[in-house]
Amino acid sequence: MSELIKLDAATIAANIAAGDVSAVEVAQAHLDRITAVDAKVHAFLHVDTEGALAQAAKVDAKRSAGEKLGPLAGVPLALKDILAIKGLPTTCGSKILEGWIPAYNSTVVNRLHAADIVILGKTNMDEFAMGSSTEYSAYGPTHNPWDLDRIPGGSGGGSAAALAAYEAPLAIGTDTGGSIRQPAAVTGTVGVKPTYGAVSRFGLVALASSLDQVGPCARTVLDTALLHEAIAGYDPADSTSINQPVPNVVAAAKRGDVKGLKIGLIKQLSGEGYQAGVEQRFQETVEMLEGLGAEITVVDCPSFEYALGAYYLILPSECSSNLAKFDGMRFGMRVGDDSNRSVEEVMSMTRAAGFGPEVKRRIMLGTYALSSGYYDAYYGSAQKVRTLISQDFNAAFEKVDVLISPTAPTTAFKLGEKVDDPLAMYLNDVATIPVNLAGNCGMSLPIGLAPEDGMPVGLQIMAPVMADDRLYNVGAAVEAELKSRWGHLLIAEAPAL
Amino acid sequence: MSAITRAEVAHLAKLARLDLSEAELDHYATQLDVILGAVARVSEVATPDVAATSHPIAMTNVFREDVRHQTLTAEAALSAAPAVEDSRFRVPRILDES
Repeated sequence: MSELIKLDAATIAANIAAGDVSAVEVAQAHLDRITAVDAKVHAFLHVDTEGALAQAAKVDAKRSAGEKLGPLAGVPLALKDILAIKGLPTTCGSKILEGWIPAYNSTVVNRLHAADIVILGKTNMDEFAMGSSTEYSAYGPTHNPWDLDRIPGGSGGGSAAALAAYEAPLAIGTDTGGSIRQPAAVTGTVGVKPTYGAVSRFGLVALASSLDQVGPCARTVLDTALLHEAIAGYDPADSTSINQPVPNVVAAAKRGDVKGLKIGLIKQLSGEGYQAGVEQRFQETVEMLEGLGAEITVVDCPSFEYALGAYYLILPSECSSNLAKFDGMRFGMRVGDDSNRSVEEVMSMTRAAGFGPEVKRRIMLGTYALSSGYYDAYYGSAQKVRTLISQDFNAAFEKVDVLISPTAPTTAFKLGEKVDDPLAMYLNDVATIPVNLAGNCGMSLPIGLAPEDGMPVGLQIMAPVMADDRLYNVGAAVEAELKSRWGHLLIAEAPAL
Repeated sequence: MSAITRAEVAHLAKLARLDLSEAELDHYATQLDVILGAVARVSEVATPDVAATSHPIAMTNVFREDVRHQTLTAEAALSAAPAVEDSRFRVPRILDES
């Protein structure tokens, strides 16, 4: 195994800029790694060998010509298969989009290209990002590199597993209810859901438009910040894009100082339902932060108890509407068009054949919640809970600078364990959902292994709207202190595969 | 809030354009009932004095300049269509002509 794949993104870029290694060599080392281990991990749905090597060669040519290279130039990246890239398949983990080749790039892809980041391919995910395990991918699940019998989290399990398996040092995810943070937690990697509107969603296949956010994933806090900086910022093509300067996340990731910082522990996000080993590592981290000079207080967010309910009404409602466009008329699969059947029959047959069980479940749930007679009781009430959750966050952030909790109530569970129990699956998102409902930002980073199963545990840090830099400051402090205690990052303990 | 019936599930499937099998209808009738039972708790705190939030970060009237710009060509837009005829999307029968 090439030592190149073990390096972090910042080091790879520095080595390329210094001429110590070529971008083509770096890309090839990662492509070789994918060839060697992805049959076991199944992080990728599509590997673009030719495109990646061509992009890398361009970076090398730029360097030879004496052009200035950006801080991530030549670094390989794994892209979640929900963002459009011209000329490559975008399936969203669904059969209904099998073979669909977008005719345009998402803004995120344009930003990655502008930063000279090398896109290796598209990663596996729960179908249309609905799930917490990647088991709802129509192309088979991704396996957790820490234990191949366990889930890598979801929906962005492919992106997180690619990082943990050293198939890529950078990845892009999307987070609607925790799909970046929960996979990061269960794979011992870092992931950030930026403030809603901080990263353009043009070219992102929408799940729930009032919740979806694209974000960066990596193995270190600094790499995550560098990728955040590369993709964030105003985009006139996205009407929800925030027209404000991006917080200085890279400087914050280099600072890592929590002395005098006020940190709030959310009462509602611990205790019952949280695995003992998760609680234990979390409590140790709290003590560690106190030792580093942070002031810890317990914060009450009573409405958070209703967050899961509100989320599983709002999300299905929005997705039932967003997914109406997959009707077999303009793109994707079409079933039953025998020039005799009506358009409604063909649409119904196409959608029944093209969508998997979880997508159908949520479409029907949303159709019900939005239907006349039930709208006020379900969708209307959920929107009110959303207001209450924002009020809880606002009150908490008047007292503290950041909030913390475990990212997920458990470590990675076994493949197949919860796949037929939707409510048990939904509970994985209990700690990550409030941030999506309120639109502020959150990070997950590794804080150790749970003693009972040896699987990674994640710490979630939450900050106010457009204060994403605070996540990186606190994350960097935790990462540095744990690294000095252990002598290495947690990910170095992952099995060799 | 009432329990969801199998007939309601069949109606929802029709509205959602999902041609579900009999087995799927039975399965979803049970599951949707369990899920709705769990999420219905939101009504406990959703009192009339609480305003609804539809969008986490309030923005109003997001406009762009009214200028011409490059869009997809007809050829590109049709490139992924399941059926094309005369530079248009070909669709199944829309009006009942039989």
